[in-house]
Amino acid sequence: MKTIKVLGSGCAKCTKTAELITAQAAELGVEVSVTKETDPQVIMGYGVMRTPAVVIDEQLVHSGSIPTDNDVSGWLQG
Amino acid sequence: MFQIFTQLADWLIYDLAGLSSSTKVGQALHFFVEDTTKIFVLLVVMIYFIALIRASLNVERVRDFLAGKHRGAGYLMGAGFGAVTPFCSCSSIPIFLGFTSAGIPVGITMAFLLTSPLINEVAVLLLLSLLGWKFTVVYILVGMAVGIVGGFFLDAIKAERWLQSFAAKALEQGRNNAPAGSVAVESMSMSARHQFAKEETLEIFGRVWKWVIIGVGLGAALHGFVPDGWIEANLGDGQWWTVPSAVLVGIPLYSNATGVIPVMESLINNGLPIGTTLAFCMSTVAASFPEFILLKQVMQWRLLAILFAMLLCAFTLIGWVFNFLFPVM
Repeated sequence: MKTIKVLGSGCAKCTKTAELITAQAAELGVEVSVTKETDPQVIMGYGVMRTPAVVIDEQLVHSGSIPTDNDVSGWLQG
Repeated sequence: MFQIFTQLADWLIYDLAGLSSSTKVGQALHFFVEDTTKIFVLLVVMIYFIALIRASLNVERVRDFLAGKHRGAGYLMGAGFGAVTPFCSCSSIPIFLGFTSAGIPVGITMAFLLTSPLINEVAVLLLLSLLGWKFTVVYILVGMAVGIVGGFFLDAIKAERWLQSFAAKALEQGRNNAPAGSVAVESMSMSARHQFAKEETLEIFGRVWKWVIIGVGLGAALHGFVPDGWIEANLGDGQWWTVPSAVLVGIPLYSNATGVIPVMESLINNGLPIGTTLAFCMSTVAASFPEFILLKQVMQWRLLAILFAMLLCAFTLIGWVFNFLFPVM
């Protein structure tokens, strides 16, 4: 199972990012746990300055925008 | 070049809708149609081209550039980058922490964050098209000055004492580490730039179009329905108390530059002195409670209060100075 964190201060874009990942995972049949991380201290810990950002299994894979469908399916299947 | 929008409004309001140009309603609607169409076209065209040019500029590169810079130059560059670097306001806190943990002094980081809402490409475009280049240059200089002087002041009083403890620790660590090497500059292909610019245009336009409508609508209402000469007769002399009042009125009105500039145009055309107008608008754009509540995550109340008081004093001073220097612009 992949542990996915969406980093962001809870703005609309972060919510959309989390929804997008959950929906794609369900479609592809990949088991994931998606959580939203809003604590600025934790976000700083990943060295992220532009949100929303995505962390998969403690690896930062994306920062600064809502990811594209292609990005997301790439991460889930990778 | 902008006449086409006047003609369009003439045709729509006076010819097609049959309203007379001598009625208040006709004038207000004409103003509304002319300004919204002009602003929308300008925004779409210009945001695209500006985004094309600055596609490869991002906050990470700004941070690496600012880290380890001499303080004097740092304030100027912090404010300068704040004006031109694109970022979403929901990223303010991560940016604050990112800069801080790279050892950049609080004052330089705040110069960046204070200038950013005051000056951006949308604000500059609106000012240019509605109020002309002279006013635009004045606005940009004043906006930068707020960031630079504000940043300098915060470092002078050692504002880092009043950061939340984890942020203060991050700053301390960042200072001790050698400045990080700069990230490799990735060159961007033209198609990647086009893609970025297209997304940027859609995003910014999607965010600001309603502000334009609200702002121009308010401007039109002022234009059409506040009796001619009322503002000029009552507030036109730039009485000293009008400036702090304008600043105070501006605080609870939370808006971005896009919504406020059309109102500025209307106020100035109705005879409100330039200093009072600037003070009102900057206070509306840069001193807002929602932003301050966000900053609470990284700052203690004491620093927040100082920051707030500093901005209020700065805007009031700006208003007084401009009313004194340019009684009529």
